[in-house]
Amino acid sequence: MTRTARRNRRTLQVAGVGAAALLALSACSSSDSDSSSGKSDSSASASGSASTKTSGTVTVFAAASLQESFTALGKEFEKEHPGTKVNFSFGGSDTLAAQITGGAPADVFAAASPKTMKIVTAKGDAVGTPATFVRNQLEIATLPGNPDKISSLKDLTKSSLKVVLCDKTVPCGAAAQKALTASKLKLTPVSYEQDVKSALNKVVLKEADAAVVYKTDVKAAGSKVQGVEFPESANAINDYPITLVKNAPNAVAAKAFIALVQSAEGQKVLTEAGFLKP
Amino acid sequence: MTKVDASDAAPDTLVAGARRRHARWWGRGVPLPLLVPALIGLAFLLVPLVALLVRTEWHDLPDQLSSPAVWQALRLSLLCATAATAVSLVLGVPLAWLLARVEFPGRGLVRALVTLPLVLPPVVGGVALLMALGRNGVVGRLLDSWFGVTLPFTTAGVVVAEAFVAMPFLVISVEGTLRAADPRYEEAATTLGASRFTAFRRVTLPLIAPGIGAGAVLAWARALGEFGATITFAGNFPGRTQTMPLAVYLALQNDPEAAIALSLVLLAVSIAVLAGLRDHWMSAG
Repeated sequence: MTRTARRNRRTLQVAGVGAAALLALSACSSSDSDSSSGKSDSSASASGSASTKTSGTVTVFAAASLQESFTALGKEFEKEHPGTKVNFSFGGSDTLAAQITGGAPADVFAAASPKTMKIVTAKGDAVGTPATFVRNQLEIATLPGNPDKISSLKDLTKSSLKVVLCDKTVPCGAAAQKALTASKLKLTPVSYEQDVKSALNKVVLKEADAAVVYKTDVKAAGSKVQGVEFPESANAINDYPITLVKNAPNAVAAKAFIALVQSAEGQKVLTEAGFLKP
Repeated sequence: MTKVDASDAAPDTLVAGARRRHARWWGRGVPLPLLVPALIGLAFLLVPLVALLVRTEWHDLPDQLSSPAVWQALRLSLLCATAATAVSLVLGVPLAWLLARVEFPGRGLVRALVTLPLVLPPVVGGVALLMALGRNGVVGRLLDSWFGVTLPFTTAGVVVAEAFVAMPFLVISVEGTLRAADPRYEEAATTLGASRFTAFRRVTLPLIAPGIGAGAVLAWARALGEFGATITFAGNFPGRTQTMPLAVYLALQNDPEAAIALSLVLLAVSIAVLAGLRDHWMSAG
């Protein structure tokens, strides 16, 4: 191989690496805007249709526990308002709240607790007073068939059991703590999980014997876990507030989405998923 | 690897090379097309860290750091990262040698598979570890019934998760050094009567020590910052499996200032350790 040929090949390789890096970068940024912002779409459409018509992309930041029901409602919304698209970003309410106060272009924020909603209202990033649209109650998730015969919250304190709780910093963990304190029980879990779905998954994967999660999560997991209701959960019911975000790129569509969530139709989807009416 | 090159090259070129390498940065030695992206790259890496320092509430820092939970998490982090590096060394160096020195069918494929944990999202790595070593895992089930050992939710589980993510860094680094090192030294040793293992121990190991050092430091740093695989496989319990990255993440949920303080501790410790190691035994590489 001649010298020039070799050099050309090397240049090509360098160019190839550079191109790959660029591709990777752009792939990241585009997927980013798809999943969480949809900024370009919505701002373009907002300027296109001046005021009343519902169109464009609406970006909804919602608590992880709302994933199944909100995804269904999003499809419903897109059907009712042709030409619209609902983008969801599901996650821990605290993380989402921090993203919104940090300037993430969200239209709607639905949190799993008033405390996390307060992070957003305290910074003046919400429009008006957030409305409670559903409530969620805790339930024990056990292995299918409940082989450890767990029937109460007290049963979870047995030392032979591997129990996972949500961390106290996330709403499901705070609620579980409240229920435990109210019933004067001391429970040492094997792990404090970072969100409710991680806690549930430890039971789904049979690594833990039980987890304290929401009714809705037990329902969503289907036959992979078995739910055990416990009366103490009445002391720790979480209100889920929803609000329009102040700098919403698409406020018109956002309001329409919130209206759908609060409508009889929206409430039906949510209660079927295991939520309680507000 | 430079050592081997150096012994082959004539001494005068070496000196010239050294002088050229130490050219003043504003001199002709550094072409602009390299300097500009290099500086942008440096800024890109450093600005976020500087921002972290700027946003720190310094007067609250002593309060944040006086909590025993912080030191507990830091101690666990250092312990687990070091143990994970040790595991990586014991298993990774022989693996790198195998990949570099032994011809076997499918070597390219094996080499690619070894690097797989690098591209796997760590959370997926954690789930994969649960499938393999969890209570109901393919191997974990046997561990449980034969020895009564379960790894998830234990400190050993943290070490396993960190080693899984960190070992590829060590293997790649050591394998690269091995392939650049001249195999004729080992061949000479074996023709002089040494067994292949003795040749590895007495000739190869000293030859590639800088590469092993660099790989170990990389692996240690990766293990120290490990989050996804750890929280998925080992869970999060203070004092047992809650390492610094986990503590930082959970603090971020409701107390960003505490999270920044924790990150600063982790940063300071890693800088101290990495700088110390570089000076002491990476300068040869």
